[in-house]
Amino acid sequence: MWKPSETSAPHPFQVMVYKEMSDHVRSWRFKILLLLILLTCMSAIYISVTNFSAAIKAEDPDGSFFFLKLFTISDKTLPPFHIFIGLLGPLLGISLGFDAVNSEQNAGTMSRIMAQPIHRDYIINSKFVAALGLISVLFFALGFLVMGLGLIFIGIPPTPGEFIRVIFFILLNILYVAFWLNLSILFSVRFRQAATSALASIAVWLFFVIFYPIIINLVAKGLIPAGEASPLQMVHYQELILNLQRIAPSQLFSDATVTLLMPSVRSLGILTMEQVYGAIPAPLPVTQSLLLIWPQLTGLVAATVLCFALSYFSFMRKEIRSR
Amino acid sequence: MNEPIIELRGLTKKYGALTAVDNLDLSIQKGEIFGLLGPNGAGKSTTILMMLGLTEPASGSAKICGIDATRNPVEVKRKVGYLPDDIGFYDHRTGLENLLYTAQLNRIPLHEAKEKAQRLFQRIGLQGSENKKTGTYSRGMRQRLGLADVLIKNPEIIILDEPTLGIDPAGVREFLDLIVKLSREEKITVLLSSHHLHQVQKVCDRVGIFVGGKLLAEGDIASLSEKLFNKGAFTIEAGIAAAEGAEKLETALRQMDGVRSVSLQDNRLQINCLRDITVDIAGVIVASGYGLMHLSRKEYGLDDIYNRYFEGDKAYVETV
Repeated sequence: MWKPSETSAPHPFQVMVYKEMSDHVRSWRFKILLLLILLTCMSAIYISVTNFSAAIKAEDPDGSFFFLKLFTISDKTLPPFHIFIGLLGPLLGISLGFDAVNSEQNAGTMSRIMAQPIHRDYIINSKFVAALGLISVLFFALGFLVMGLGLIFIGIPPTPGEFIRVIFFILLNILYVAFWLNLSILFSVRFRQAATSALASIAVWLFFVIFYPIIINLVAKGLIPAGEASPLQMVHYQELILNLQRIAPSQLFSDATVTLLMPSVRSLGILTMEQVYGAIPAPLPVTQSLLLIWPQLTGLVAATVLCFALSYFSFMRKEIRSR
Repeated sequence: MNEPIIELRGLTKKYGALTAVDNLDLSIQKGEIFGLLGPNGAGKSTTILMMLGLTEPASGSAKICGIDATRNPVEVKRKVGYLPDDIGFYDHRTGLENLLYTAQLNRIPLHEAKEKAQRLFQRIGLQGSENKKTGTYSRGMRQRLGLADVLIKNPEIIILDEPTLGIDPAGVREFLDLIVKLSREEKITVLLSSHHLHQVQKVCDRVGIFVGGKLLAEGDIASLSEKLFNKGAFTIEAGIAAAEGAEKLETALRQMDGVRSVSLQDNRLQINCLRDITVDIAGVIVASGYGLMHLSRKEYGLDDIYNRYFEGDKAYVETV
């Protein structure tokens, strides 16, 4: 798609991506979200820096990872950085995608653009690529900003391991927002009214964040094994509940971030006494942490790809008429 | 004549049980202004969409400049400029930015596109508005900008779907004059769809009447009216001074050679005849002494053709 053009004019796809990006950057919506994210970022850094000395404890297995603490410390009044992002990320994704297709259709620009010598999928691809590019730039900028400020305040440079973890954490954030972006693009193809598609995306988000845990709670209460259940039954039960929780993308995201930012996390499931027997409470190397969250990453990627495939499919089958 | 620039063969489009376009055959020559005339919902827009490869036909083919529109829509869209019936622009961008975007999608280098856009703004009479946001444009201005948007890609064919909808009469005249001028000067083939017959009548070389997904008739206006009304039929209208006792005149006329039917209403006679016998009729009426007030041979415009086709007389249509 990005191969150099044979003429002096840029490839139409490139032109479209530039246009989409500049549309986003110029829009008030993006400016407001940017402000919101910057504010939470600043407050998270402020809290983690002011509580830094209190958070470092000798017996803490994560104690030597000063730098990662920047992203996870809080004083209980405000959530730490990674939870903030987990909360605002979906909002960012939804706001960049919910009117991607239907606004063009309603403005009558779709049929005009489709009459130009471009392939039909350029429209949806360019919207996705532009929004994803913007999110990537934003998150890398934010991540490095936090790192840079942290460097100034605490004066300890990150170790290579920590640096790699932060990079993966940023990539994970991008992936997570990309999922919500694709979901909202899907709704923007399905629903003609931008308000409907925004509401639908927000409904899905709220469902997973608020209602889904409640439902899981109810299910868990109903399924709880009777009093004299064997340990094996208890283990199966716990695993079932955990797996049910992991249907929610937000759970996958928080599992993955916690593992990445807290190297002492050794398992996301249940460990029996035999398994931890003789284990030294030491942090995992980066590769092991990654291995641990591999299923979560795969799940998130799959959900993202599925949403994109669905929206691509329904967009390609859609008949484009003027308004 | 040489190879037609637009050639539709057996084009059919179905939406479920509804056949929007039914086995359409049409060919348009280079440099022609063709008017596709029909009521709303006749399938005009669907036909246009199929010509651009934006919708797949159920069967049949559309060839534009010799390229199959269904198989190779991108190549077709390179040569065809399409002005949708309700054109939209990016309202938060200026008119110039909107034009440049279209130009860039057509791989016109930016500096060349800028020059061209300036020239087009002059041409469509929007100079001075190029740096205003299109959200502030009036309907007529948008339509003209739409024309510029179509022209910036140097099309061989322009397709205008209801281009005059919602513009005031003076604006319509200007707009249509502009289209004719462009077509003549730059040898652009124009396909214009409309339900406004008067506008079509004024500018089109040829029209096709399109109802219920079928092309009922095509040709220039003269040959169309001939096809429809002059199937061995001339209508002559005569006004007489006194109506009393005119029945005698009526019978006299009826007995004339070549007269098919005569009807009398108040002081007006309507005479249907096989040949043009206006002179003889005048003689008969004058000789009868009823006093001839006026005598005229009826000419048919697109209006009558239109009415004939669209409003009633379905049986007549079927026989044609």
